[in-house]
Amino acid sequence: MTDILFAIMASILGPVATFLFYILLNFIVNRFPEKIQRVLRPYVFIGPVLLLVGVLLVGPTIQTMTFAFMNEDSSEWVGFKNFIKLFTDPQFLITVRNNFEWIAVVPAVTVILGLFIATLTDKLGPIRERVFKSIIFMPMAISFVAASSIWRLTYSWSAGKTQIGMLNAIVELFGGKAIPWIQNEDFSINNLLLMVVVIWANAGFAMTLLSAAIKAVPEETVEAASIDGANAFQAFFQVVVPQIWGTAVSVFITVLISTMKIFDVVWGMTGGDFHTNVLGVDFFRQYFVYNNTGKASAVVVVLMIAIIPIMIYQVRTYRKQEELR
Amino acid sequence: MSSMNTFVARVRRFRPVSTLVMLLVVAIWALPTLGLFVTAFRSQISSVTTGWWTAIFDPMHQEWTTKAFATVFSSTWNLGPAFFSTVAISVPATILPITFAAFAAYGFTFLSFKGREAWFSLIIALMVVPLQAVIVAILQTFMAIDKWLLTIPGNEYGDIHLSGEYPAAWIVHSAFAMPLAVYIFRNYMMTLPMALIEAARIDGASHFQIFWRLIIPMSVPALASFAIFQFLWVWNDYFIAYLFAGNHTVMTYQILSMLGQHGEGWQVVMAGSLISIIVPLTVFFGLQRYFVRGLTAGSVK
Repeated sequence: MTDILFAIMASILGPVATFLFYILLNFIVNRFPEKIQRVLRPYVFIGPVLLLVGVLLVGPTIQTMTFAFMNEDSSEWVGFKNFIKLFTDPQFLITVRNNFEWIAVVPAVTVILGLFIATLTDKLGPIRERVFKSIIFMPMAISFVAASSIWRLTYSWSAGKTQIGMLNAIVELFGGKAIPWIQNEDFSINNLLLMVVVIWANAGFAMTLLSAAIKAVPEETVEAASIDGANAFQAFFQVVVPQIWGTAVSVFITVLISTMKIFDVVWGMTGGDFHTNVLGVDFFRQYFVYNNTGKASAVVVVLMIAIIPIMIYQVRTYRKQEELR
Repeated sequence: MSSMNTFVARVRRFRPVSTLVMLLVVAIWALPTLGLFVTAFRSQISSVTTGWWTAIFDPMHQEWTTKAFATVFSSTWNLGPAFFSTVAISVPATILPITFAAFAAYGFTFLSFKGREAWFSLIIALMVVPLQAVIVAILQTFMAIDKWLLTIPGNEYGDIHLSGEYPAAWIVHSAFAMPLAVYIFRNYMMTLPMALIEAARIDGASHFQIFWRLIIPMSVPALASFAIFQFLWVWNDYFIAYLFAGNHTVMTYQILSMLGQHGEGWQVVMAGSLISIIVPLTVFFGLQRYFVRGLTAGSVK
C-alpha cells in the first residue's frame, strides 16, 4: 500500500513540481533584458525536454556506439573485433536472417490484412462493424507476456497424449500428425508462427487507420468510376487505393520500425531458442547472459544501421509536410 | 414477386458473404484469447489432459474452479502486491511525461525561434530509438548517481538510491514517451485557432497564461488519448520495470515466471494473465473512442 501512496504523491506532486520548475525558469528568463529574453524564452518551454531526451536517449545511444568498439567490460578499445566475431558466428548470421524474414513478412501482411478487414467491415451495418472491429483491435491492449501465454498454449504440443493446443488439435482433426511447432525450424515455420502473434497484435492498428482513410474517400469518386463501367474491384484498386496510399505507407513504416526492433514476443515465446533469435533478443543474451557489453553493443549498432535509413525517411517526410503547411 | 425482390435486396444489403468472411476472421482473432479465459477457470488435471474447448462443448461435465486464482494470489506468486507495484509504476509514468511534453509542444507550436525545425527533427528521429540502444548507458548512469548519493551525509548505507526503484522506471518511461508525446501534442496544437492566441497576446497575456488558460483546456482530447496509450504501454511493459525498478515485482514479471512453469498446468499462468489484462481491457473498451482518435492523430510506438 505504501507503494500506492508513493505513486499517488508522485502523480500529484510531480506535475505540480514540474509547473513550479517551469515558472522558476520563466522567472529567471524575465530578469534578462528584452533582447536576450526573446532568445531564451523558447528554451523555457522546450529546454527541459531537450535535456531529458539528450541525457536519456541521445547520450546513451552514442555511448553504446562507442562500447561496440570496446571489450566485454568496456576497459579497452578492440576496434572491429566485436563485429568480426559476430559476423563469423553462424548463429548470429541466422539471427540476422531472421530479422530479414521478419521485416519481409510482418509489415506487408499487417497492412494487407488491415486493409482487407477495413474494406469488408466498411460496408456492414454499424453494429457488426463495431463488434468485429473491437475484437480485431482487442489484442492491442494485451501485454506481450499475456499474448505469449495465449499463443504458447495455442501452439503447444503434448507427446503421445491428447493435444491441448488448438493448432495441433486442428491438425489432428484433419488427419495430420501433431508436432512441436515452436521447435520446428523447417522453412522457418517457427519464425512464421511467432510472426503470426505480432500480426495478430498489430492488425487492429492497421485496420483502424486504414478504415479512417477509407471513410474519408469521397463517395462521388467511387460512384463516378462505377458509372464509367468499372466493376467493384477496379473501382477499389483504381479509385480507393490511390487515395489511401499515404495512410498505407505510414502504417507500413510504423509497423516496419516496430518489427525491426522486435524482441518482446520472441523473448516470451522462445527466448530466441530453436533458431528464432532476433537482434533485439540477442542484445539481451549478450549483455545479461554472457556479460559482454562490447558484443551486446555491437548487436545494437547492427540494429541501428538498419533503423537509421528509416529515421532519415521520417525526418524528410516531416520536412516535406512542413513545406506544405 | 415484389416482396421476393425486396427480400433479395434486403439480404444483399445485409452482405452475407462479407459477414461470413469477417466472422471467420474474428473467430481466428478471438479463439486464442477465449482459451485464456476458459483455462483460467479449469482444474489442473483437466487443463493438462484436455483442450480448453472441450470445457465449452461440454460445460456440465467440467470441473469449474477458481483454485488457480487462489494460487496466483497466494504467497507463492503474490500477484496482489505485484498488481499494486504495476499501478505504482504506471500512473506516474503516464502523468509525468504528459506534463513535460505539453510544455515542449507549446514551444514548438506557438513560439518561432531559430533552430526550431532542427530541434523538432531531432525529436522525430528519436521516436525510433530502440530500448536496447540506451539500456547499458542508463544503467551505468543510475549506478553512478547512486554512488554519488552515498557521499551525502546520513546516506552511507545507500537508503536513498535510484537503481531498482520506481522513480528510475518513471524517468526511463518518460524519456521514451517524450518524442511521440511532443509530436502528437504539437500536431494537435497546430489545429487550434491561431487568431485566438494572437488576440490573447494583444490583450497582454503572457505565454504562461496562454498555455495554462487556453491551450491546455483546448488540448484535453489529445492529452487524454496519449494518456491512454502511455498507460497501456507502461502497464504492459516488462523490460523497463524489470531492469530499472527491479526491487519491485510487477505483474508481467510474475506471469512470465508462471509461464516458465506451465508444465504444472496452464490454469495458473492463464489466471495470472487474466488478472493482468482486466485493467487494460477496461481502459481500452471504456475509452476506445479516444484511443482510436489518438491513433488517427499520430503514429504509434
